[in-house]
Amino acid sequence: MMNLLPDAASAHAGGIDQIIVIVHWLMAILFVGWGAFFIYVLVRFRQGRNPRADYVGVKSKLSTWLEVAVAVVEAVILIGFAVPIWAERVDQRPPDEEATVVRVVAQQFAWNIWYPGADGVFGDQDIMLVDEETNPIGLVRSGNGADDITTINQMHLPVDKPAIVRISSKDVIHSFNLPQMRIKQDAIPGLQIPVWFVPTVTTAEMRTRKGDEDYNYEIACAQLCGNSHYSMRGFLTIDTPQEYQEWLDLEATYLSGGDEDDFWAE
Amino acid sequence: MGFWRKYVFSIDHKVIGIQYAVTGLLFLSCGFCLMMLMRWQLAYPGQPIPFIGSWLGDTRAPGGIMLPDFYNQLGAMHGTIMVFLGVVPLAVGGFGNFVLPLQIGAVDMAFPKLNMISYWCLFVGGVIMLGSFFLPGGAAQSGWTSYAPLADIAPTGQTAWLFGMIFLITSSLLGSMNFIVTTIQLRAKGLTFFRLPFFVWAQFVTSFLLLLAFPPLEAAGVLQLMDRLAGTSFFLPTGLVVSGEILQVSGGGSPLLWQHLFWFLAHPEVYVLILPAMGIVAEIIANNTRKPLWGYRSMVYSVIVLGFLSFVVWAHHMFITGMGTVMSSFFQTTTMIMSIPSVILLSCLFISLYGASIRFNTPMLFALAFLPMFGIGGLTGLPLGLSAPDIALHDTYYVIGHFHYIVAPGTIFALFAGIYYWFPKATGRRMSEFLGKLHFWPSLIFMNGVFMPMFIQGFAGVSRRLADGGVTYSFAGNVTPLNRMMSWSAWGLALAQLPFIINFFMSMRSGVKVGNNPWHATTLEWQAPSPPPHGNFTQDIVVSHGPYEYSVPGQKEDFLPQNQPAEA
Repeated sequence: MMNLLPDAASAHAGGIDQIIVIVHWLMAILFVGWGAFFIYVLVRFRQGRNPRADYVGVKSKLSTWLEVAVAVVEAVILIGFAVPIWAERVDQRPPDEEATVVRVVAQQFAWNIWYPGADGVFGDQDIMLVDEETNPIGLVRSGNGADDITTINQMHLPVDKPAIVRISSKDVIHSFNLPQMRIKQDAIPGLQIPVWFVPTVTTAEMRTRKGDEDYNYEIACAQLCGNSHYSMRGFLTIDTPQEYQEWLDLEATYLSGGDEDDFWAE
Repeated sequence: MGFWRKYVFSIDHKVIGIQYAVTGLLFLSCGFCLMMLMRWQLAYPGQPIPFIGSWLGDTRAPGGIMLPDFYNQLGAMHGTIMVFLGVVPLAVGGFGNFVLPLQIGAVDMAFPKLNMISYWCLFVGGVIMLGSFFLPGGAAQSGWTSYAPLADIAPTGQTAWLFGMIFLITSSLLGSMNFIVTTIQLRAKGLTFFRLPFFVWAQFVTSFLLLLAFPPLEAAGVLQLMDRLAGTSFFLPTGLVVSGEILQVSGGGSPLLWQHLFWFLAHPEVYVLILPAMGIVAEIIANNTRKPLWGYRSMVYSVIVLGFLSFVVWAHHMFITGMGTVMSSFFQTTTMIMSIPSVILLSCLFISLYGASIRFNTPMLFALAFLPMFGIGGLTGLPLGLSAPDIALHDTYYVIGHFHYIVAPGTIFALFAGIYYWFPKATGRRMSEFLGKLHFWPSLIFMNGVFMPMFIQGFAGVSRRLADGGVTYSFAGNVTPLNRMMSWSAWGLALAQLPFIINFFMSMRSGVKVGNNPWHATTLEWQAPSPPPHGNFTQDIVVSHGPYEYSVPGQKEDFLPQNQPAEA
């Protein structure tokens, strides 16, 4: 079943896949057990073979014990796996200083990826500045925002370092889905919600592993957001730290080329 | 009584029940047709729809090629129609109205006129929903969940959807009050609560769910209507920029508020869809195993507990909205607890088969198939009810597979079972067994052909509601070819319904005539003439036993009707 799931490329993906497998084992045992009983009784107690039914039927208390066993297993899965995994995802986010912090502003029908630039501080947003051609997130290009880097549908992150993505939306609800990272978080207008994960496999390494030169990690939208929801696709590239810095530097050079109106023309 | 009072604006619960049932069946086939169109787009994205593509018009499918807007309309309306206009009217309005008063030995519902009004509210709601396809911009297209802000800013069809929903909710509210009062007040002499057939219990609990869960959605619907028409911002936060334009609204609202209000209805709604189905299956299993339901009392307690619990699990639909550990733990725990009464109910039905003398007639086949199909639907709810696996599976085809197993080969099979079972009571004639089996076996195979591959697509991470079935994404590449098999199964499923339609109309005219109690059943509806006259019973009904006295030791016959004294 593991190979039915997307490739796993983050530190916590194993834990999520494991609980999926465990729950499916429980489901399979219950289904096969009941299924075997079902087929047996259908054959054994058909009218032709058993013309007069038994008023009482089953007398044993086995089903009660089975019920208790199911409840216990569920409790173990819940307390032992589900809650700790969730707590790790939402409560144990590392401090910003130890992580790569990126903001994502979703919109119909693209992902705006926003890096704080060399100063490490995000600039301000002003919706009056929003211009779909030149400044889709309404970034104030002065003060902290002067060196901020924004891209559309292209996210880069360094490998083996925690990444914190702060997710919001300009218009309707989207859902930021990184299947290979086992990350999914709704992008809700009016809220900014962080997710974190540690990518463990670079894009280049995954390409070698899969023997596929064109392999990419993808950003998918998982919440119906309008007519082009189906095509709201972005790309995530996991770089080595050096490649990542080179990419940031390259993006930064586009900023110094002219005033902000020329930014997208570069 | 003139024709209009007898058949159209009738106050007889049986006529109203049949009105509901026929309306429900028509809407089920309508919702099915919408789905078949969607399945073309999923299997062959971007290719012109054969035969009917050119009739759809340039705003929906120019050159026969479906636009994504139209796909989204079909998706939203498929869900809405199937749930609110198909299954609920048939399961609650149809079977509830026709069977429940007969099973409790009543002459009619407590409020016959309210009953009539309830049906006509549904009818108006249905007409609004169907008519909305012809509005400029088409029907609602923000999913059956109508999440704000998308639904707030959607074309006019959404306004029609909200008006339609208000009528449908009103209909259900009136109906549910009627069922509650009828069950409490109009039971025959001697028919204590623990002598009620399980079907009555299921409808009784369902009515409380409808009564308590629908008002929040009605309120939410009015709020969304205000957002759309009166410029309020209940669900719109400050600072929205749509297509490069700042949205001129006051802001300050919360998109998540809609989701809470919606799911506070919509989770109990799931049980509104499933409990009556379980009631039907329980009746048919007791009758065709020729023995009492095993654990009848635990089933009754379980169904009551399920009803209560269904109000405290709603946010498991919202794990991915950014929920903290405490909230997610609470809703995961309640969801897991929910599985206990569900397993008890299913176990009791399975164990009832042990020691039986099983008759494999058509109603029984559908009822038996319900058990494993509902089992798959229920079991696949486990990983979705836990927040950690939900990160991978939320909003994927796994979810679609999960709830369709519950509602399609689950509830709808149970509804078919009920139609085959009670058809003789409604018409005095029996449906053809041959055509019934020709309906059952292909339906079972094709149902699984449609829904089983959805789990594989869901594992792979394919999102729901993609107008191209996922071919945009390369991670979905391995599993999108399954779409063709699923679509062909869906079209095959349509063909498999032909024997049913033929059977239904043919048996009405020329089915084998049967007496009052063709299945040798114990419950009270079989003590009335077939079809029962206005006022139902031709004898006084005094109940002296529980509902399923089959194969009682020492009795000559293997069934002992509830109102007949046992032989000494």
